[in-house]
Amino acid sequence: MLPSRQSVLRSRNVSKSYGDGAARFQALRGVSLDIHAGESVAIVGKSGSGKSTLMHLLALLDSPDTGSIDVDGIDAKDRSRRALDTLRNETFGFVFQQFFMIPNATVLENVVLPLKIAGMPRRLRIARGMEVLEQVELADKAANRATALSGGQKQRMVIARALANRPKVIFADEPTGNLDSATGEVVIGLLFALNAQEGLTLVIVTHDEELAGRCDTRFVIADGLLARAVGPRSTVAA
Amino acid sequence: MSPLEIVRTAIANTFRSRLRTSLTVLAIFVGAFTLTLTNGVGTGINAYITTQVDSMGASDVMIVTKARAGGNPFAASDEGPTVHDAGRATAMSGEGMQIEVLTDRDLAAILAIDGITRVEPFVTVTTDYVTREAREKYDFTVATGGVGLNVDFVAGRPLREDDAHALILPVSYLTPLGFDDADAALGGLVTIGITDVGGQLHLVEAEIVGVQEVTIFDSGTLISARLKEALHEAQMTGMPAGYRDVYMMASARFEPGRNALGEKGIKEALAGSGYAGSTLQDQLGMMTSVITGIVWVLNAFGIIALVAAGFGIINTLLMSVQERTREIGLMKSMGMSRARLFALFSSEAIFIGFLGSALGAGVAIVAGTIVSTLLAEGPLASLAGLRVIAFDPLPVALVVALVMTIAFFAGTLPAARASRLDAIDALRYE
Ligand SMILES: Nc1ncnc2c1ncn2[C@@H]1O[C@H](COP(=O)(O)OP(=O)(O)OP(=O)(O)O)[C@@H](O)[C@H]1O
Ligand SMILES: [Mg+2]
Repeated sequence: MLPSRQSVLRSRNVSKSYGDGAARFQALRGVSLDIHAGESVAIVGKSGSGKSTLMHLLALLDSPDTGSIDVDGIDAKDRSRRALDTLRNETFGFVFQQFFMIPNATVLENVVLPLKIAGMPRRLRIARGMEVLEQVELADKAANRATALSGGQKQRMVIARALANRPKVIFADEPTGNLDSATGEVVIGLLFALNAQEGLTLVIVTHDEELAGRCDTRFVIADGLLARAVGPRSTVAA
Repeated sequence: MSPLEIVRTAIANTFRSRLRTSLTVLAIFVGAFTLTLTNGVGTGINAYITTQVDSMGASDVMIVTKARAGGNPFAASDEGPTVHDAGRATAMSGEGMQIEVLTDRDLAAILAIDGITRVEPFVTVTTDYVTREAREKYDFTVATGGVGLNVDFVAGRPLREDDAHALILPVSYLTPLGFDDADAALGGLVTIGITDVGGQLHLVEAEIVGVQEVTIFDSGTLISARLKEALHEAQMTGMPAGYRDVYMMASARFEPGRNALGEKGIKEALAGSGYAGSTLQDQLGMMTSVITGIVWVLNAFGIIALVAAGFGIINTLLMSVQERTREIGLMKSMGMSRARLFALFSSEAIFIGFLGSALGAGVAIVAGTIVSTLLAEGPLASLAGLRVIAFDPLPVALVVALVMTIAFFAGTLPAARASRLDAIDALRYE
């Protein structure tokens, strides 16, 4: 499926700083980029360069100090808090670096969390939860406690959770960070398959050169600035 | 998240840290238990008083006394001596206390007031004993009540105006007087002994027409008007005529509909003529308010316990919010709204409140029922129908609702904190 011309995500001159006074730190200093529907994007750069900060801004989890973030052509600032909640719930899927799951809950319960928040009826959400667990080959662990899974299984579980609500964009922060290469391949293979078959947009923060190389576009972040954009369709605003 | 889902999730969450939840629930339990029990005492005793009053059927009867010049008959006079009035009869004077009595003239004046349909003086008859055939003589007192009293019947019927020498025997006299049961006593004859002012013993026969339960208000036996007259006659044998027809008080039957201002108008008219009238409800109303007052003092302890438990809820939930910071961040990042998060944590608070209060109320009902049953069968057996602790659905439901409200308010602080957490900060939280 060919990516459309329209940008799903667009940042313009986005900056973000943390702390106050002497402790103030400028994590991003004016980043402008476009991510198109169906594109796979890698955000790379040294540790502390601002990759996670950028991803959080693009995912509307945080708001920039200056600049704007558009999703589907609408500035996040023009959306109500409620609309932002709905957008994140229905359009985005998240894979966080440290898994973040509800301890003591079962694998299935964790996976259907976005659906529960969306208000999907119990029976439908269980069906959908089992479907995505099937996709990550974890269906047999559905009733297990989430904390009792191995590292690779947890990773697959959070990917299943990110896919549960059939998002248009997946944000993944170091999705292979804690995995050996074989397990990493299972997880990443699934994401790229969905990207190819269903036009799922991928935004992946990674240190992994090989993973970055598989993406259509690569944004290199250095010291809070977009240093370089590599890719056929990517545009870097002046 | 749908409201139902929020409640379901909240319930599941409260069971995640069992020990902490249990301890908080225990604190609430104590408060709810106390409140349910103290209210149970109020319900039980007040219900008993109400039944007693209702059973007496005396809602249309007033006790009328002569109002003392200057008001309260027991207050020491600070107005100096009252000018003597030969037409005003007094009884009992001395020690600063003076009670004026009613004469036949007063009775006529009372009867003349609009709305009062009948006046009957309280004749105090002091009987010595009752016996039957050649049996033992038993102490015996006669009820002072005049008009319209009726009671819990075990057998027989109420007194009628045309009854000759008839009485209603309390159940406690059945066995001593040799009756097998209440029905066997009906129609039976007893002999009443009474001494006159000169010390002479008189014997009067009376027929048993009914058998009654014992009540707390009047342990005396109800007797027919004619029997009372006969006993009074016997008692007054040898008394100078002028001292015969004076009464401490009279009972007046009234019909509020016959006075333009109703019951209040009748009382005002009585006061205007120098009399004071009060119904049984007036007198028992005071008793109920005293009991209600005591119950509220006891309730205060329960409420103090609940306030303490409220702080327990705040503490429990704050810890829970802290522990689940990441989880909250995760839910927020997935689009869980502030309002829903607030609702989720509030529901946890309310559910903890519900658990504690339902358990507290439940155990209080079981314990209270056992205790009052034991009391009713043991020390309080003589007061038939008294359940010291009784439970009405409404007060119990109110206690549970009150606790849940307190829990909700206690939960607002942690819930607001959870709902205001920043998703990113929460996810970074170590
Ligand atoms: N909440 C915060 N308070 C203060 N400084 C912060 C905060 N979050 C991030 N920073 C700083 O901002 C800079 C960028 O952080 P960010 O997490 O975006 O880096 P990163 O590129 O994702 O690094 P890594 O590859 O190690 O994850 C870092 O120097 C970091 O110390
Ligand atoms: Mg990072």
